[in-house]
Amino acid sequence: MPNNSQPQVVMVDLSQQQSLGSALREALDRFADETCLIEADRERENHRLTYRQFKEMALPLAAFMQARGFKADSRAAIIMTNQSRWLASAYAIFHAGGVLVPLDYKLNAYEHIPLLAHSKAEILITEYHFWRSIKQQNPDPAHLPPTVIVTDVPKNADLMGAIRWDEAKAEGEPAFVPRTRQDWACIVYSSGTGGRAKGCVLTHENYLEQCASLTALYPFWPGVRYLSILPTNHAIDFMVGFIGPFVCGATVVHLRTLRPEFVREAFTRFKITYVALVPLILKNLQAGLEQRFAELPPLKRFVFNQLRALNKAMTKQQPNLNLSRKLLKQVHEAFGGELRAIFTGGAFSDPQMLQFFYDLGIQVGNGYGLTEAGTALTLNDFKPFRCDTVGKPLPGVEAKIINAGEDGIGQVAVRSKTVMSHYLDDPELTNETIVDGWLITGDLGRFDAMGHLQLFGRAKNMIVTEEGKNVYPEDIESAFEGLPVKEFCVFAANYVWPERSMLGEKLIIALRLNEGQQFTEELKQDLIRRNAKLLNFKRISGYVIWDADFPRTASMKIKRFVLAEEIRAKFDRQAALKEL
Amino acid sequence: MKTIEQIIDEILNLASTHFNVDRASLSPDDDFFKTLGIDSLQALSLLTRLENHFSVELPDYEVQGVSDFRTLAERIEARL
Repeated sequence: MPNNSQPQVVMVDLSQQQSLGSALREALDRFADETCLIEADRERENHRLTYRQFKEMALPLAAFMQARGFKADSRAAIIMTNQSRWLASAYAIFHAGGVLVPLDYKLNAYEHIPLLAHSKAEILITEYHFWRSIKQQNPDPAHLPPTVIVTDVPKNADLMGAIRWDEAKAEGEPAFVPRTRQDWACIVYSSGTGGRAKGCVLTHENYLEQCASLTALYPFWPGVRYLSILPTNHAIDFMVGFIGPFVCGATVVHLRTLRPEFVREAFTRFKITYVALVPLILKNLQAGLEQRFAELPPLKRFVFNQLRALNKAMTKQQPNLNLSRKLLKQVHEAFGGELRAIFTGGAFSDPQMLQFFYDLGIQVGNGYGLTEAGTALTLNDFKPFRCDTVGKPLPGVEAKIINAGEDGIGQVAVRSKTVMSHYLDDPELTNETIVDGWLITGDLGRFDAMGHLQLFGRAKNMIVTEEGKNVYPEDIESAFEGLPVKEFCVFAANYVWPERSMLGEKLIIALRLNEGQQFTEELKQDLIRRNAKLLNFKRISGYVIWDADFPRTASMKIKRFVLAEEIRAKFDRQAALKEL
Repeated sequence: MKTIEQIIDEILNLASTHFNVDRASLSPDDDFFKTLGIDSLQALSLLTRLENHFSVELPDYEVQGVSDFRTLAERIEARL
């Protein structure tokens, strides 16, 4: 392992690279003998690959894809949990000049199918159980990619027209298909599982620029071990759990079981250097640590608290990892002793929680980003540490506040080489979202005197859960189709009654009853039954009875913004909102 | 061979002990996130207890999207 006080930082110049394919290809040769991937399942280690072995794993797949007619700009979707073959498949796609469509494996099969159809993917690479679930929906074959490659196939399983990953090989060296920076690299869906599909088209330049700015702040080098827990389809893990470590020759560790006890053990077992976590997991870690501190015998607890206070005082202006590791040795050893930083994102992080970790000498890279803009737009820089902001814009990111109120709070708009090209097949939505080159984020914020961005809520009708799930009300309305009412509309509660908070966001349903209809217990139970069929993070938690017809456009779409304004004008939140 | 009812009963007993909830308040078709007042991470910790109890390995994907005790019991039964 490297000496962490003097890391052997690998200088990577991505400015000469034209595509993710070329950057990764160069890394596979440059770091051929370094460990590239470790995959563990509970106490078992499935495998450990060098960059050379990774290349040997990916290229036969690329050759197979090319033999099937996959060429420049062809699209291939991946629906897989975090594992080595996810990354090998992605590299094969880029090597062959294709466009990767990384779909969220946590969606249901009925949500995957419309996205596969919308993306026009020619190849789907997935785990067998996902494929089985998709086929159980009896989808129109025209909505599925013609070629399906499956991993993790049980013995004697019916492949249902798919090809085993291990057999998806072709002889000979696959041609490397060069791409330019402006060509599409990925189509990433930020929503659209039940409504309007929002496929963010991200170019090779978007990713190369993002990678350059992030690895300058958080360098990787051979020997660094990144624990990949967030889904790799997510922008954060895709960058810091694949592209970033790979172009620098670092190691990515995958766990096939994400139970808390196995994740905890992985830190010490694999001497993890970096990890990215959603706030919910961080909160869980904090609770576990606090419990352990509380259980210390009085004298030990007193000494520990003194050392923690000393560390806090000594690192007030800037972090000092070596000092923190000495002062709070046991805490750092519980994380394997090599941890340099935890990245968090995907949802709002409680400032008190960030401070808790910082006071222990564990840096939490807290930032702000959205799928439409790659991985991150802002990141805290620890000069000094601030727990109450999401940091400053990354190099190359211009940010401004538009339509600011007297308190300086308004919508955050950004311009950067990391901002997506457009929404797939939706010029109207693209024009609403990217105006004169500025991405209108829909998030409310303000810059302080130090140039740090503080977030205060959302102007858009959506919620983000603590687990980092973006939920758009339109996407869950299908669960309530057929509800015996005149009409209904799902909202983010904060969209109807804006609150200056990013925590505790909820979904609600507005119900317009039929003439003479009463809200009965039977209707309530119907709502509860339908709600229970949704994944737990997508459920509504309250309802509002509205006594007028919903305002609609000429094409009969609900004017959500107008309806929200009308509800807000007539009712206050406490009075109108009934818990479900 | 255990019946599905036996498996459900044992799951409810374990959940009741693990999360210190009155056993009588738990029913097979309950949404365990709501009834037990737990988040997804706490649900995962229950799975480990269930694996040990039934001596099975449940891959994470098998329980993804499952939120009621009965379906959970069916997934366990399939692996016994």
